Amino acid sequence: MLGGRRLRLDWVGTVPFLAYVGVFLFVPTVIIAVGAFLDDGGSFSLSNFAGLFQSDVVTATVNTVLLSAVTAVIGAVLGALLAYAIATGNPDGVFRRAVVSASGVLAQFGGVTLAFAFIATIGPAGFVYLFAQQHGLDFYANGYWIYDLRGLALVYLYFQIPLMVLVFLPALDGIKPQWREAAESLGGRTWHYWRYVAGPLLLPSFLGATLLLFANSFSAYATANALINQGNPVLAQQISGFISSEVGLHKPGLANAIALEMIAIVVVATVLYSLLQRRSSRWLQ
Amino acid sequence: MKLGSLSRRLGVAVVAFVLLAACGSAPSGNSSSACSESTAKTATSASACGGMSALVAAANAEGKLNVIALPPDWANYGAIISGFQAKYPSIKITSDNPNGSSQDEVDAVTHLGTSSRAPDVLDIGMAVALANTSLFAPYKVATWGDILDSQKEPTGLWFQDYGGFMSIGYDSSKVPGGTISSVDDLMGSGFKGKVALNGDPTKANAALNGVMMINLAKGGSLDDISKGVDFFHQLRQAKNFVPIQATTATVKNGTTPVVLDWDYLSAAHGKDVSTWKVFVPSNAILGGYYAQAVSKTAPHPAAARLWEEYLYSDEGQNLWLKGLARPVRQAAMQQSGKIDAAAAAALPPVNGTPVFLSADQATAAKTYLSTHWAAAIA
Repeated sequence: MLGGRRLRLDWVGTVPFLAYVGVFLFVPTVIIAVGAFLDDGGSFSLSNFAGLFQSDVVTATVNTVLLSAVTAVIGAVLGALLAYAIATGNPDGVFRRAVVSASGVLAQFGGVTLAFAFIATIGPAGFVYLFAQQHGLDFYANGYWIYDLRGLALVYLYFQIPLMVLVFLPALDGIKPQWREAAESLGGRTWHYWRYVAGPLLLPSFLGATLLLFANSFSAYATANALINQGNPVLAQQISGFISSEVGLHKPGLANAIALEMIAIVVVATVLYSLLQRRSSRWLQ
Repeated sequence: MKLGSLSRRLGVAVVAFVLLAACGSAPSGNSSSACSESTAKTATSASACGGMSALVAAANAEGKLNVIALPPDWANYGAIISGFQAKYPSIKITSDNPNGSSQDEVDAVTHLGTSSRAPDVLDIGMAVALANTSLFAPYKVATWGDILDSQKEPTGLWFQDYGGFMSIGYDSSKVPGGTISSVDDLMGSGFKGKVALNGDPTKANAALNGVMMINLAKGGSLDDISKGVDFFHQLRQAKNFVPIQATTATVKNGTTPVVLDWDYLSAAHGKDVSTWKVFVPSNAILGGYYAQAVSKTAPHPAAARLWEEYLYSDEGQNLWLKGLARPVRQAAMQQSGKIDAAAAAALPPVNGTPVFLSADQATAAKTYLSTHWAAAIA
């Protein structure tokens, strides 16, 4: 019997991956989780979590969830429409190839450079704004909305829409034209097709993609910080404020607690995403 | 490898020889003889080491000096290091981690201890200086009397070196009338979307001092920053306040044509924007200075003290001035006529008596800001 026992080595291939995830995801998460329960003296405490209820952290939480939800929904709708236009067009056409490769690039564009690109073009001293203003279109007549959450939402959509195109296009490609022909030959109209065939098939992956967009803008930091530097309006900035304050508002424990709060919110979004993903992949098989 | 170890051994031999020579001549009592290492370690002034020439001799015997976090383009440190090198050619300067922060400097002292790589001297922000005095050795430079009492620790644990005043820098081609003569001007309708700080005052020291300067100009005191916060609240409501951090890029492209920042940093924008002007309100002259400190565990105690003497000599002070930083002895040197007049004339004019935030006042300000700032500018 002993001789028949074989040492299983098939797990060896996953070692680099597990080591990588361990060092860059698992260990930091544990450090954050432990740190969130320690006070400045290093003993167990729940006081950091009390900090989550101070007014500016609550405001930042509401802001961040709202901003992420709005940019996810708008990004998902506009991105889905664009993806639909591509999916129904020529599969080898120039338009499709151009949009897909542009989306691949633009979905990764973010941070200080993106924020500054907006400031330099449509900001109050940007050349596009100055041109529009000279021609009678003053879109800052009622205030500089680019420097509040509306401006941030606009900048986020710049990478949200292309990301939606990338993640939603495969689902649209899975829809077979024959299904529509079948629906029509059975006497169904366009509305029936969308309501009973394409809609139910696409809805889970649409919602899943929307949740992905939510998580994407939820974790964005550099873009927000470059555009709205005052008052830490989003959660990631609150964390940075409590870590790097050089004027003595250094509260690493609270920063950990906020990070844990963000992880919890993203975990909820990700669980929802994977549930919906499972449902839609069953349909598309 | 062999060459390396040979030269290292040679180096050790040379140092040993010089040390022997120095020790050998010590008992003669001659003023040019070096003071002993243990004397240098605790010397609180050059005379405690037996006078300047004895300090120079001891520093030459050590042959090395470790400095840290001194960017060559910051306050003219590149020229200062080569100036010291030219004056004392037998002392080799090792400039470590030039872009480090004040906290990095203190961390290096704690981590490297008495090892030969540890920093000898520090140039740090006041918050870090006050929090780490147990790491410093007291020392008073020959020109100690020229430093105002408010700018030094009485025993010489730290003493301020250079700094500047909080100012309003602006592009004169983009503000109404081409000039700003009072803080209240900023509230005018011609300043819509133009006024910015250098960071968030709950995070960045320069921004905190920006709010404090406005606070003083509006009749507030160093102990209570609330009038400054109120002003920014009104500035925000008037849509004049821009919530982005002013940087070289935002100044250059015109997004932040009015910036509250230290005058020596603001004056540097003149390189990019030829119409840039810097204004220090005479009713709110708020100073901010860095400080020098000698490490208690300095591996080269005599060279460390000699470096301080050089920095606080007329030559060292004028070199800082050329880097647009105001040296701490500036007023005294103006009186004695030793100041580099051309370099002084390049600084933004300041008329009046400067004030400085104490540690307690800075704490009070940051505590108030932490609960009121976000709401004030929302």
